[in-house]
Amino acid sequence: MYDGGKIITGLVIGVGLLLFPVFYNAGKAAKAPERVLTEKAKAAQKCVEPISFMKTEHMKMLDEWRQQVVRDDVRYYKSTSGKEYYKGLQTTCLDCHSNKSKFCDQCHDYVGVDPYCWDCHIEPKENQ
Amino acid sequence: MAMDRRDFLKIAGLTALLGIGGKTGFELLAPGAAEAALKDIPLTAGKKWGMALDVLLLDEEVMDACVEACHNHNNVPHIGNPKEEIKWIWKETYDHAFPGQENEYLAEAFKKKNFLLLCNHCTNPPCCRVCPTKATWKREDGIVMMDMHRCIGCRFCMAACPYGARSFNWGDPRKAPKELNPDFPTNREFPMRSMGVVEKCTFCAERLAKGLFPACVEAAAKVKPNALIFGDLDDPQSEVRGALRKRYSIRRKPELGTGPNIFYMI
Repeated sequence: MYDGGKIITGLVIGVGLLLFPVFYNAGKAAKAPERVLTEKAKAAQKCVEPISFMKTEHMKMLDEWRQQVVRDDVRYYKSTSGKEYYKGLQTTCLDCHSNKSKFCDQCHDYVGVDPYCWDCHIEPKENQ
Repeated sequence: MAMDRRDFLKIAGLTALLGIGGKTGFELLAPGAAEAALKDIPLTAGKKWGMALDVLLLDEEVMDACVEACHNHNNVPHIGNPKEEIKWIWKETYDHAFPGQENEYLAEAFKKKNFLLLCNHCTNPPCCRVCPTKATWKREDGIVMMDMHRCIGCRFCMAACPYGARSFNWGDPRKAPKELNPDFPTNREFPMRSMGVVEKCTFCAERLAKGLFPACVEAAAKVKPNALIFGDLDDPQSEVRGALRKRYSIRRKPELGTGPNIFYMI
């Protein structure tokens, strides 16, 4: 092998550089963000549906809501608890969860999703 | 109770006959009633929203009030550049509003007068026919609705609409000049739009769902009652039908066969 030393040195440096982030970040996994509730959300105690359902299915529910509201003009949602809610991201969801940066963004950033709701829908004014 | 086989068969036979006969009779008496009951269309069934504008009452003050109320309610930004203007409801001269009907001997009052224009919510809307994604469609209650989530911004509908009632968002409405829109978005209960979608008047569908009149109608009523009359064109007893029975009205470009539902009482 011609120039074996140089090639192997190059390879070692190359692989080292490639693996640097892995070693650099080893054992420093970002902690899953804590859910932060506003006073209003705490006082309400329960969401539209049970929390376990909302955690995993809120995106599907919002998608269904937008479909029903915009296309079918069905604007009220009957919860499994029997209570009726006006289907509205801005007017119902974000009324309680007015801390969008903490309640929505933190977790969305953590899982690497970037929903485009806020291209049109208006985020609440947060007093920070 | 004791019942022999003969009695049981008699009763069973009679019940079956009654059942079949009863259902048929019901359907003969009220044709289509059963289908209508099954067709669960919320709040909108059998309606055809339309509007009659009293041109004689529509002065600049009323029109400005209507435009302002609409734009505030629907978060319509003022861009400044007329090429990128977003139009939901706007003012236009007679020759622009009713092309082909102008003539040089037109009444003085009409020559200089502005007319209030908006989406005609056509009975046969060409915009809906050309939309490749069904982002715009005709609702059961007659409203030509927009689904901004589904619009891909192809602008076929803008080419199809003969009334110029549709506007394209060339830029992000959030980036509309601040000096023209000091407190945009004005209605925090309602969304705005994003760059690359087409938007238009929706007859304030979300207000209608709550039993409120469209924003422009409400604003006009405050300045001049009965300048804008909104109602169900399918209902002969409605206020709008009453007004149209009494006064001669014209529509924009009816010869195109789109069936506009905005009437101008002159």
